[in-house]
Amino acid sequence: MRHFRYLEDAAILRLDTDKCIGCGNCVLVCPHRIFALRDGKAAIVDRGACMECGACATNCPVGAIYVNPDDGCGCAAYIINSWIAKVRGKPSSGCGC
Amino acid sequence: MGAVPRVATRLGLRDHLGTVGARTGLARNDYRVTPGLYCVGSPGADSPVLVSANYKLTFDALRRELASVDAWLLIVDSRGVNVWCAAGKGTFSCEEIAYQVRRCRLEDLVSHRRLILPQLAANGVAAHRLKELCGFSGRFGPIFARDLPEYLLQGKASEAMRTVTFTLGERAVLVPLEICMVWKKLAMALPLFLLLSGIGPELFALHSTLSRFAVLLAATLVALVAGAVLVPLLLPWVPFRRFWAKGLLVGALLFLPLLLALPELGLVEGAALLLWVSACSSFMAMNFTGSTPFTSLSGVSQELRSGLFFQLSAAFAAAVLWPLAAFFS
Ligand code: SF4
Ligand code: SF4
Repeated sequence: MRHFRYLEDAAILRLDTDKCIGCGNCVLVCPHRIFALRDGKAAIVDRGACMECGACATNCPVGAIYVNPDDGCGCAAYIINSWIAKVRGKPSSGCGC
Repeated sequence: MGAVPRVATRLGLRDHLGTVGARTGLARNDYRVTPGLYCVGSPGADSPVLVSANYKLTFDALRRELASVDAWLLIVDSRGVNVWCAAGKGTFSCEEIAYQVRRCRLEDLVSHRRLILPQLAANGVAAHRLKELCGFSGRFGPIFARDLPEYLLQGKASEAMRTVTFTLGERAVLVPLEICMVWKKLAMALPLFLLLSGIGPELFALHSTLSRFAVLLAATLVALVAGAVLVPLLLPWVPFRRFWAKGLLVGALLFLPLLLALPELGLVEGAALLLWVSACSSFMAMNFTGSTPFTSLSGVSQELRSGLFFQLSAAFAAAVLWPLAAFFS
């Protein structure tokens, strides 16, 4: 994915190294290869390429990773609909994709 | 239990026609296969079990790539949605996999206790929880079905197999769907186009209304080509990280030469059209963020603010200038 990079410091991704037990799950599942194991602990090596899919957090057995939990497919229509829903105080209708 | 259906590893005409329907959004976009157990080749008690979604296109890709393999296919009910989106929506989950494992009595069929999961299901499936839920442990295989034979041979996936791609071909299959999503909005805008084109020194004079309407419609189609076709196809080569800026650039660049080639359009008219095309193309390009595998939700909400501000102001300015232009010509 060298050719595809998005806004570098937008993604919300936090790693609690103290909790990490070095199982390597996050390193394995990330489709953008954001993590690496260093001295028996996970490390974030390319934060800017994270797409907030949440695979790492879901597969961390000790809950050491936090990713923006807002679900939805990340398309503009979805976000616009959820903004409208917030203003109108109704649940979002999603985006149909 | 009864016999497990063996599936063909070659696709027939019906499969291809169905694919066209699903890709264009003309047919149902939840194009499904009955969940349950299938097989390819002649699997035995120690053959691998591959888990996948019941979206027909996913299923087709899987069986097409497995011509040389003996394996069990455990198809879970993802409501006819692809692996990644279903995992994100929570339908492709540990619970659903465990349910199918039990329902198909997998433990009577195979001697091992391992499931191979598609890597892109990882955002919804915590593989470490499967063991206690159904007695089978889950391992993530490669992202793409095409790498499965190699993965099964080696027992592990290379870095390349674990990295998501977004090739020209992968972007091209998304284009028909992008276009189909715009049709409805365009149809809703048509009466407005007609209204704005009818305002002039002689209100709603038939000839001028229709010709101006046609120009406006043609300009909008140019914006559609720029934002929904060219930006997706040329994505890595168009400058700017923000999609709304990509759309603005491509829309304006595509439309300017056309504008210069039509000298009968006045300055105000030309300006209105350029603003409109840029706004439309920018909006359509921004919508494409939802179809890429590399845009974060936080990033998209960040760019939406500036993008919508530009698109709304440009569209508003165009809507004022377009009727005004009729008085200057
Ligand atoms: S959220 Fe997804 S892209 Fe980001 S680090 Fe985790 S697995 Fe990788
Ligand atoms: S999945 Fe969690 S525990 Fe395992 S290496 Fe990553 S951060 Fe550490």
